[in-house]
Amino acid sequence: MNYPLETAALVIGTFLALLGAAYAHDSLFAAHMWVLFLTLGISSIVMLRRVSFAPVGAPRAVPAKSEYFDEVIKYGTIATVFWGVVGFLVGVVVAMQLAFPDLNIEPWLNFGRTRPLHTSAVIFAFGGNALIATSFYVVQRTCRARLFGGNLGWFVFWGYQLFIVMAATGYLLGITQGKEYAEPEWYVDIWLTIVWVAYLVVFLGTIFMRKEPHIYVANWFYLAFIVTIAMLHIVNNLAIPVSFLGIKSYSAFSGVQDALTQWWYGHNAVGFFLTAGFLGMMYYFIPKQVNRPVYSYRLSIIHFWALIFMYIWAGPHHLHYTALPDWAQTLGMVFSIMLWMPSWGGMINGLMTLSGAWDRIRTDPIVRMMVMAVAFYGMATFEGPMMSVKAVNSLSHYTDWTIGHVHSGALGWNGMITFGAIYFLVPKLWNRKRLYSLQLVNWHFWLATLGIVLYAAVMWVAGIQQGLMWREYDDQGFLVYSFAETVAAMFPYYLMRALGGLMFLAGALLMAFNVTMTILGHERQERTPGVAPAGLQPAE
Amino acid sequence: METYTALRQFADSWGLLAMTLFFAGVILFTLRPGSKSHADDAAQIPLKED
Amino acid sequence: MSLLDKHQFIERNATLLLVGSLLVVSIGGIVEIAPLFYLENTIEKVDGMRPYTPLELAGRNIYIREGCYVCHSQMIRPFRDEVERYGHYSLAAESMYDHPFQWGSKRTGPDLARVGDRYSNEWHVQHLIEPRDVVPESVMPSYSFLKENTLEVTDVSMDLKANRTVGVPYTDEMIAEANADLKAQADPNADTSALLARYPKAKVGDFDGDPTKLTEMDALVAYLQMLGTLVDFSTYDDTTGYR
Repeated sequence: MNYPLETAALVIGTFLALLGAAYAHDSLFAAHMWVLFLTLGISSIVMLRRVSFAPVGAPRAVPAKSEYFDEVIKYGTIATVFWGVVGFLVGVVVAMQLAFPDLNIEPWLNFGRTRPLHTSAVIFAFGGNALIATSFYVVQRTCRARLFGGNLGWFVFWGYQLFIVMAATGYLLGITQGKEYAEPEWYVDIWLTIVWVAYLVVFLGTIFMRKEPHIYVANWFYLAFIVTIAMLHIVNNLAIPVSFLGIKSYSAFSGVQDALTQWWYGHNAVGFFLTAGFLGMMYYFIPKQVNRPVYSYRLSIIHFWALIFMYIWAGPHHLHYTALPDWAQTLGMVFSIMLWMPSWGGMINGLMTLSGAWDRIRTDPIVRMMVMAVAFYGMATFEGPMMSVKAVNSLSHYTDWTIGHVHSGALGWNGMITFGAIYFLVPKLWNRKRLYSLQLVNWHFWLATLGIVLYAAVMWVAGIQQGLMWREYDDQGFLVYSFAETVAAMFPYYLMRALGGLMFLAGALLMAFNVTMTILGHERQERTPGVAPAGLQPAE
Repeated sequence: METYTALRQFADSWGLLAMTLFFAGVILFTLRPGSKSHADDAAQIPLKED
Repeated sequence: MSLLDKHQFIERNATLLLVGSLLVVSIGGIVEIAPLFYLENTIEKVDGMRPYTPLELAGRNIYIREGCYVCHSQMIRPFRDEVERYGHYSLAAESMYDHPFQWGSKRTGPDLARVGDRYSNEWHVQHLIEPRDVVPESVMPSYSFLKENTLEVTDVSMDLKANRTVGVPYTDEMIAEANADLKAQADPNADTSALLARYPKAKVGDFDGDPTKLTEMDALVAYLQMLGTLVDFSTYDDTTGYR
């Protein structure tokens, strides 16, 4: 199919990038515009080469309106796997950099630049692609309508990939706002806003076009995620650029106000990007995989409203004992603790969906993966409220305990539920009878699970030890440890943590292989797990 | 009285009461007996077709 | 339609669901964040705070560029061990000109809120070039390229103007003299009396050991050396800061 307008827009964009590089206010902006020029230039060439000239009057191939728009979801699935592997790989690299500082290659691969690369690659590239792909899949199925907006779906997908490329190359070049999880500079933020609005249009449009009278609860979660992320992104990134052809901008807020705005954003990036969106996934893919309706639909309604209402208040728990006014800290703590309830309501709802089909955990490694995801969700949402208690936080804050907590949520909950969804989606999307190998899924499950357990356990010990060493006094009332000694004490933990990450990465590589082979149409001959080999009778 | 103190007192008393009642209301409303069949229908949506 | 069917109405109406969700998620942010902008006691009054000098601002931008905040906090909590280790706990006013704030969330390295005046310029330069030369246990990356890179700021007065737009009280004079001040602060031969009148307590002179060249190292060390030095705590009354 030809895309004349889209191709023209790409060519114009390429030209504008070239102009941006030529008239840049600073050298970093010029470098970044060259990256953009190359990216858009290559895309333009690809598009131009795909143009086919049909003879006049020849009928054009038009996709049937009745079909689901699955092509973009296929791309999204592959992108999810790809960015997942990239994000985990960078994670292992940064973990090793902390253990062996000589692995920092200045200036572009220093920890200060690679760490945002890791966090953004996992959260926004891996998580974001998973959310976009699955939300497009789920909304079409549960609304029984084709994705709204035609090629707008393609724009959302490719526009988002462009955002990822610009953000990632920006970090390595040293282009950052210096706000955690909101590092991209103003012009990349504006681009993401445009893409996000298109995403909202596509998603909401599909809901409007639905043939099913009721809007299924998974879509509520996806919708709340899209809308809230738009709000958070816009407010937290309000800034005044120094020049319209320069990288630098200054945040509209300062000090205390900037801190609370940032953690209102940061915590709800967790709450809506990594929780609400992925709960949408849970509410669709778990019922599908076990072929039973969700345990209690009414509980899911309460779960939804309580979760979105309470999450937004919890941000100040990132700022305990700082210069933020006490009342705000206390409010953040109280809501964080209350948040435990809706979170566990959702967890129970997800787990109990299996009631009556518990044997599937034994026989189906995909179900096992999803159940482990929900279990980790429960663990992380218990640990989180606990860490938000000011007394606990005084010890845990600034230590690796926080890092461990984040990873049990991100790897355990977001990672596992995404892997489960991918294993569900790939055979469906490519019309395969089954996955290439279920035993590889099993291997992936165990590598990932053991990797996370190792990671989280090591970081607990490391964080608590670090916190205790910082506040250790001797009989005379002197601090026992210098800061440097507490750094040295972390070495063995950092090493073991890297091993945990490596196991998780190995699992993801198995998934990439399994998914590739499935797409290519291979089926590995193997015994189905949990089913006795033919010819053997179970002992009664 | 300062605006802050006034608002704070309101939030700690009537505000809290209103939110608690609203929350209890939402739960009771959602779990009322009449909504069960409706919810069960909605829960079947993902299983209907592919 | 009876009242009991109302939620089914929401469940079937995408616009209502959208607006309802947006309302529900707005409440928390409005109640928590908005008061910080008008409650006067959010930021206590302290003497000594002033906007960054152009060189400090350039140094701060390098601090941000290199992602120092991912390993270093700038927020001392009011605990005995932290106050002994790092100095007086941080006040809200001390980051009132920070766009963005750099409080950080992780201490892989120590807190830097009051690192100014703690070490010599030479120590900082050596530490940034090869951290393990001065702190053998350190896991910090090397930043030797800062010493090689000349400080490239196209027109620092534009940076000051952008800061003024978001509320930093840079005067017209500060903006007019910005480019000259940027160079003068790290030039041992320059007359810095006007600069020091504009920016009291600014550190002047060569920072990186090479007076002939204005490098990124000069800027970063100038920034590090002023961190936490503006407020004089010998005259600060703790009770005024209580909120």
